[in-house]
Amino acid sequence: MSGTLFGISLSPAEAQALWLSLKTGLVGTGLSLPFGIAVAWALARHDFRGKVIADGLVHLPLVLPPVVTGYVLLLLFGHNGPIGHWLESWFGFSFAFNWKGAALASAIMGFPLMVRAIRLSFEAVDPRLEAVARTLGASKRDTFVSITLPLILPGIIAGSLLGFARALGEFGATITFVANIPGETQTLPIALYSALQLPDGEINALRFVILSLILAAGALLASEYLARAAQRRIRGRA
Amino acid sequence: MSGLSLSLQHRVDAFSFDVALNAPAGVTGIIGPSGAGKSMLLQMIAGLAHPDQGKVTFDGETLSDTATRSFLAPEQRRIGYVFQDALLFPHMSVAQNLDYGASRHAKGPSVSRDEVIDLLGLGALLDRRPHHLSGGEAQRVSIGRALLSAPRLLLMDEPLSSLDPRRRADIMPFIDALHRRLELPILYVSHNIDEITRLADRVVVLHDGHVAASGEVADVLNQADIQALILGEGGDSDPAAIVEATVAAHDAEHHVTRLSVGNAQISLPLLPLNVGAKARLRIHARDVAIATEPPHHISIQNIIEAEISSITPASNGQCDITLSLGDTHMLKSRITTRAQATLGLRAGMKVWALVKSVALASGT
Repeated sequence: MSGTLFGISLSPAEAQALWLSLKTGLVGTGLSLPFGIAVAWALARHDFRGKVIADGLVHLPLVLPPVVTGYVLLLLFGHNGPIGHWLESWFGFSFAFNWKGAALASAIMGFPLMVRAIRLSFEAVDPRLEAVARTLGASKRDTFVSITLPLILPGIIAGSLLGFARALGEFGATITFVANIPGETQTLPIALYSALQLPDGEINALRFVILSLILAAGALLASEYLARAAQRRIRGRA
Repeated sequence: MSGLSLSLQHRVDAFSFDVALNAPAGVTGIIGPSGAGKSMLLQMIAGLAHPDQGKVTFDGETLSDTATRSFLAPEQRRIGYVFQDALLFPHMSVAQNLDYGASRHAKGPSVSRDEVIDLLGLGALLDRRPHHLSGGEAQRVSIGRALLSAPRLLLMDEPLSSLDPRRRADIMPFIDALHRRLELPILYVSHNIDEITRLADRVVVLHDGHVAASGEVADVLNQADIQALILGEGGDSDPAAIVEATVAAHDAEHHVTRLSVGNAQISLPLLPLNVGAKARLRIHARDVAIATEPPHHISIQNIIEAEISSITPASNGQCDITLSLGDTHMLKSRITTRAQATLGLRAGMKVWALVKSVALASGT
C-alpha cells in the first residue's frame, strides 16, 4: 500500500501507519460514541448510587499511566484474559495483537475526554426545555431525539474530536496491549518510535512527524467547521 | 366533577405542601408570595413532579393518584404549560415551535393554527429564530405553541413577570382574549395583584404551601390580611379595594361612563363597554378621601355615601378605613391619624367617600 498526501509521496510503511491510525481512531471513536453519550447523560442528569465511583472509573484512563491501562486491557482482553477468552470461545472474536485491540485501546484512552465534553453540553441544556416538550405531547424518547440531541450536537462533535485526537496520539496503552506489529498495530506514533530506534532513522521519523501534524490539523479544522455549522443551526444566523 | 380537582401533599426538607382545590371553567388565579409552592403545584398538575401523596383529576379522569399508584405521563395529559421564560426551542424556527405539539397529537387542536396566529399576532414572526425575538414576542409564541398542542387545560406560571411593564400591558389583552374566545380553562399563577384582578374569575391564595383563602376575586383580595400576606410583611403596602360594577349608562356629551356599584354610582372616562356589561374596578385607598358631611362645590365627581365598618392603623401616622357601601361592596381609604382624630371618625359612622381616581381592572 502506498500513495500521496498533499504531494508527499508515501512509502508503503508510511501509508500503512497513516491508514491504521485513521482506522483505529475512527472505529474506536465511532463505536465508543453511543456509550459516551449514555454515560455523559447518566452522569449529567441522574443521581444514582455509586455515581462517584462511576465518575472515577470513567476518568481513570486520564490519570493512570497509559502503560498501566494497556496492561489491564491485556489482562482482561488478552488470549487468556477472562473477557478475551470468553469472546474468543463464544464469538471467535479477539482483540489480542490486532488492529481491533488498537482501536479498543484508543477508545478507552479517549473516553474520559469524550464524556467530559458531552456531559458539559448536557448540563448546559435547560431541563425545562425538555419539560415543555413533554407537556406538548412528546414522549421521553421523542424529547431526547427532537430536543436534547440537537442541542448537545456541538458537544458531541467536540467530544468526538477530543476522543479522536487522543486516539491518534495513543502510544503507551496500545503498545503494551497489542504490541508493535507493522500493518496491524503499528500506528503513526508507534511507527515514529520505531523509526527512532533505527540508526539514521531521523529522516523517516521527521516524515512521520509531518504526517501526524497534517492529520491533527485536518481533524481540528473539520471539527471547527462542524461545530460552527451545528452552532448556527441552534442560534440561527449568529 | 367538571374541570380540575386535586388534593396533594408533599414534603421537601422543611417545606410542607398541602393543597386541595377545584378549578372549573374560566380563569383561576393562583396568587401568593414567592416560595408559597405555586410552581410546585403546577408541576404536579402537569405531571412533571410526583407528589408524596394525593390525587389529581380532570373532568372525572384520574391524572395521578398515589393511592392506586396511577400516574399519567405529562405527554398524555393534554395540559399546556407556559413558563415564566418563553423556553422556545432554540434550534427551531417560530413556525416549527408552534407546530411541535400539533404534530404530536392524533387529535388536532381545538383551535386552528390560523386563529392562534391571528389571536396572538404571530403572522410576521413565523420564519424567525427564537434568538431574534423580543421577550414579549417570544412569550406570545410560547403561548401559541401551548394552545396548538390541543390542551384541555392551560397552566401559566407567571407568564408576564420576566417582561417590562409595557410589554406586559401589550400581552395582557391576548391572555384576556384566550379564555373568552377559546373557552379554555386556565390556571394563572402570579404574585401580582393587578394581573390577577384583571384576568382571573376566581382566586386561590397560596401561602407557605397551604391555601390561605379562595373564592371570588373581590371577596378574597379585599381582605386586609390577605393583601398583607401577598404583599409581604413590612412591604410598601398599597391597599386597594376591588369593586365589581355594572355599566349603567354612557354620557357622550361629557365623555363619561356611569357604572353602578350596588346602589351607588361611579363615573369613569368613557369606556368601550356595552350598557349592562360587568367591569372590575380597582380603587386604591390613597385615592379615597372622607367627608363627614355631603360636600358641595367640589370638583370631585365620585362622592359615595358609606358607613365606616372598621379602622386599622397603618405605619407613619396613617390609618386605613374600610367603608361599607350598604351591601357586599366596600371601599378603602387611607388617611392620617390626625385627620381621623379631627373628624372624630369611628366605626359605625355615616360618611361620604370622595373617590379621586378609579382604575378599570377588567371589563367584559
